[in-house]
Amino acid sequence: MTVNPSGWRPSAPANEQGEAKTVTGNRALMLEEPLLFEIGSTEQTGVDFAKVPQHSPRLGGLERSRPIGLAGLSEPEAVRHYTRLSRQNYAIDLGLFPLGSCTMKHNPRLNEKVARLSGFADVHPLQPQETVQGALQVINELAFWLLDLTGMYGVAMSPKAGAHGELCGLLCIRAALEARGDKREVVLVPESAHGTNPATAAFAGYRVENIPANAAGRVDLDALKTRLGPDVAAVMITNPNTCGLFEPDMIAISEAVHAVGAFVYCDGANFNAIVGKVRPGDLGIDAMHINLHKTFSTPHGGGGPGSGPVVLSEALAPYGPLPFVAKYPDGSYKIVEEETAGEEHPNAFGRMVAFHGQMGMFTRALAYILSHGADGLKQVAEDSVLNANYILRSLEDVLDAPFAKSGPCMHEAIFSDKGFAGGLSTIDVAKALIDEGFHPMTMYFPLVVHGAMLIEPTETESKASLDQFIAALRSIADRAKGGDQDLKAAPVHAPRRRLDETLAARKPVLTYREPQAAEAAE
Amino acid sequence: MRYLPLSNSDRGEMLRLIGASTVDDLFRDVPEESRLKGPIKGLPMHASEMAVERHMIALSRKNMVAGDVPFFLGCGAYRHHIPASVDHIIQRGEFLTSYTPYQPEIAQGTLQMMFEFQTQVARLFGCEVANASMYDGSTAMWEAILMAHRITRRNKTVISSGVHPHYVNVARTLAQFSEDALATTVPQLTAEPDTERLIGKIGPETSAVVVQYPDILGRISDLTPIAEAAHASGALLIAVVTEPVALGLIKSPGEMGADIVVGEGQSIGVGLQFGGPYVGLFACREKHVRQMPGRLAGETVDAEGKRGFVLTLSTREQHIRREKATSNICTSSVLCALAFTAHLTLLGENGLRQLASLNHARACEAADRLAAIPGVEIVNDGFFNEFTLKLPVEARPAVHAMVEKGVLGGVSLGRLYPSVDALRNGLVIAITETATSEDIDALDAVLKEVIQ
Repeated sequence: MTVNPSGWRPSAPANEQGEAKTVTGNRALMLEEPLLFEIGSTEQTGVDFAKVPQHSPRLGGLERSRPIGLAGLSEPEAVRHYTRLSRQNYAIDLGLFPLGSCTMKHNPRLNEKVARLSGFADVHPLQPQETVQGALQVINELAFWLLDLTGMYGVAMSPKAGAHGELCGLLCIRAALEARGDKREVVLVPESAHGTNPATAAFAGYRVENIPANAAGRVDLDALKTRLGPDVAAVMITNPNTCGLFEPDMIAISEAVHAVGAFVYCDGANFNAIVGKVRPGDLGIDAMHINLHKTFSTPHGGGGPGSGPVVLSEALAPYGPLPFVAKYPDGSYKIVEEETAGEEHPNAFGRMVAFHGQMGMFTRALAYILSHGADGLKQVAEDSVLNANYILRSLEDVLDAPFAKSGPCMHEAIFSDKGFAGGLSTIDVAKALIDEGFHPMTMYFPLVVHGAMLIEPTETESKASLDQFIAALRSIADRAKGGDQDLKAAPVHAPRRRLDETLAARKPVLTYREPQAAEAAE
Repeated sequence: MRYLPLSNSDRGEMLRLIGASTVDDLFRDVPEESRLKGPIKGLPMHASEMAVERHMIALSRKNMVAGDVPFFLGCGAYRHHIPASVDHIIQRGEFLTSYTPYQPEIAQGTLQMMFEFQTQVARLFGCEVANASMYDGSTAMWEAILMAHRITRRNKTVISSGVHPHYVNVARTLAQFSEDALATTVPQLTAEPDTERLIGKIGPETSAVVVQYPDILGRISDLTPIAEAAHASGALLIAVVTEPVALGLIKSPGEMGADIVVGEGQSIGVGLQFGGPYVGLFACREKHVRQMPGRLAGETVDAEGKRGFVLTLSTREQHIRREKATSNICTSSVLCALAFTAHLTLLGENGLRQLASLNHARACEAADRLAAIPGVEIVNDGFFNEFTLKLPVEARPAVHAMVEKGVLGGVSLGRLYPSVDALRNGLVIAITETATSEDIDALDAVLKEVIQ
C-alpha cells in the first residue's frame, strides 16, 4: 500500500497492539479526552456578553438560588474537546459504512451550505406567511418531486423521522377506516420487518400479527391471503425488504389487501434501491414514508435528526395531518393549519409536530434531488444495486448467502454465520472489520436469517473501495470458519476494546456525578 | 455526476463478475410493467452545483430574515446568538456523517457527547436522569404523557391552559388513538395562570398534570403547589420548558417537584430554521428510568478496564421489544443535541446566568416601554424574556401592519387561537439578547402607529 522510495524500514520491533504505555494514555493522533465535567468549571465561559443593564427583576420570586452544576470551557478548550471526541467516531466521511437498511451515503456539502443560507436558517416558524414564501416554496417543490418520484397522490411533510412517518401513515389509514365506520383491530407485519413497524402499529392502537416469510426470503403470499379478513386494517410491507430483496408479488399482495378493504403501508427505508426506477404508486401502495436521511442524503448526525415525509394514495390523502403547504392560483403559498382546515382539509386526522416539519432537511433534500436530476437518481438506484450484487457475488463462495441462488439482490446483500467454527459468531466478524478500518455491517438483523450480516454499500463507494472491503471480509470469513480465537479479541486498534454492555444495563450510570457525590451515594 | 464514483468501465467489469449482461437484469424481480423505461418524467436532468445553489439562493431571498429586521417572535422558538464554533463543531464530518452509535468501539465521540448532554439536561431541569433527545418539544410532551400513564396505570391527564396550543394539538391528535383522556382549556389574559383550576381538576384517576414553565403567555409561577396536589393524588407532574435559557435565572421544575420535565432545546445552539429540526429534551427521576422513551447513553468499561460509553437499557426499545416497546422512536435528534451541548459548554453556568440576565433585563426594558403606550396593557406580573400585551385593537392585523413597516413584532394570539375571541387582542413579545435598544425603539414606534 505505502510507497517508500528510500528503502528505509522502521527499526523498532513490530508492535501491532500498540502496547507501549504512554504517560498520558494518548497514542500519537489518538488522544484520550476526559468528560466535560472533569475539565471545565462553572466559572469558566467561552462567550462574552455585554454588561447587563440595571433593572429590577420581575421573576415572580422564583429566582434560582441553588447552583446548576454546568461546567463551561473557553472557546479553544471547547473546540479541542469536541474535535478530540469527533476523532473517536467512524463516519461516512472516513470510509465505507455498509450498515444494512441505513443507507449511509455521502452527504454533499452543497446541502449543508444551502441549509445555512440565512433565508432558511434564520426564519421563525410563526412569522407571518407573507414573509416566508420562499420557505413554503421549498416545501412545495420538494413535495412535488417526492410525488413525481413515487407516483403517489399526496404527501404529508411534517413527520420528523421514519418511525414518525410510519405513525402518520397508519393514522391516515385509521382515520380513513373510521370515516367509513369500519373498526378494524389488526395490522399484519412480516417477521423480517424493522422493529419500528410493530412498535408503530401498537402506538397507533392496533394489535400486531406476524406474517411468515417463504424460503426465498419473501412474504408468503398464500399465508398472507389466508390471514387477510375484515379485521385487518393494514399490511405493513418493506419493499425492497430487509433481506435486500424486491417483493416480486407486490402487485398481487396489494390487490389481495385491497380486496378485503384493508390498506398497504410500505416502509420506504429501502427506497434508495428503486428511486427513479419504479414508482411505489404503480405497485398499489397506499402510504409510504421516505427517510430523507437515507435516500435523499441528509446527514444522519450520529442518530438524527431524520425526516419522514409520507406519500399517500388518493384514498388516504384527505386524512393527512396539519399543517401543510398549499399553492394558490396567484402563485402564492399558504400554510393550511387548524384555522382554515375546516374549509380546505376537513378530514385531517390532526397534528403531529409543533411546527412545519424538518425544514433544514427539506432544503438539503431538495438540493440533492435537483443536483442528481432524473438521470442521476436512476443512476443512484442502479449503482447501489450494482455495488450490492458485486459484494454478494464476490463473497458467496466464502460466506453463506441464503438467498443468493434465487437471483440478484437489490441494494443490500445478506449473509449468515453458517460455517463459523470455534464458537465464533457474526459479532466477531463485525468487530474484526473495525480493525480493518471499516464500519461493520448490520448484525443479527433481520431475525429470519441466523447470525445475519446485512451489507448495504450504497452508490457512494468506488470499485476500489469495494475491492478493499471484499478482500478484508474474505480474509476474516476464512478465519471465522477456521475458528481463529483471536477474532474474539477484536477490535484491538479502535479507541476502545469491546465494551461491557451488561454492566451498563445492570447498574445504569446515565449522568456524571462528581467523585465526592458518587462516593456519598455508595 | 459528481456524487457517483463508478465509471462506465467499472460498471461493465462489475456486471461481468456478477454474470449479468445489463444492470436491468439485476432488477428482474420488479414486475416488467412497473419498471420505468427511462429517466422519470417531469424532473429535470442533473444540474451543476452552481445552478442548484443559485436556485436555492433565489428561494431563500423570498423570506424575511429574522436577523435583518427588528425581531420579537417567540412562542416556542427563540432567536439567540449562536457562537461560531458551535456550527464548526457540528460540521465535523465525524459527527455530521456518523450513524446511531451501534458499534461503541468506534462511536465514543457521539456516545460521550450524549452522556454529557444527558448530564447537562438533567442538571438544568433539576432531574436525576435525561435521555439523549427526542424529535422536538411537542413529541417529547406526548411521550411524557404516555410515560406517566405507564407509571401510574391511569389515563386521565390534566393539561394547563398555559401549554403551547400546538403541543396540545399534537397530544390531542395522538390521544385519539390511545386510551388517554386529556382535559384542557384555552388561556385567559390574566396575570395569574390557572393553578387553582388545575389543582381542582386533579382526581383519583389523574395520571399527570402538565404545566408549561414559562407558559405560552410568558407567565412564570411556582409549580410547588401543583406538584404537592398531584402527588397527594398519586399523579405525576410533567413540566414543559420551551425556553431553557430561562432556567439560568429561575428555579428548575425539578426543584419544585416535577417528576418528568420535557422541553424544546432549540433556543440553545440550534437556531430558528423555520421550525425544524429541533431537539426534544426529556428528563425524569431515576426510579422511572426504565419507563423512559428514547435513546440513552450509559457509562461502562471496555475489555481493558478503560471507561467508555454505550447505548443502554435498549430492552425498552423497538428494535428489541417490537410491539411491546415503550415507544416506536428510533431516530432522535443527536446532531441538534450536539449543537445544544456545545453551546451550553461554551456558556457554562456563568455564561448561561449572564445570558439569562441579559435577556431578562432587555425584556424588562421593553415591557416598561410598551406598557407606557396609551391603550396597551401588559398582562404579566412575572416573566422571563417573553410577555403578553393586550392591545386596544386586534393583534393579528397589527402584526401584518408591522411587517409592512419592516418589523417582525411578535406572535398574535389570533394566530395561535384563531377561534377564541377573548384572545384576539393578545400579542406575545419575546426579547432576547439579540434585540438592540434601536430594535426596541422601532417596535415601540411601529406599535404606536399600527394601533391608532
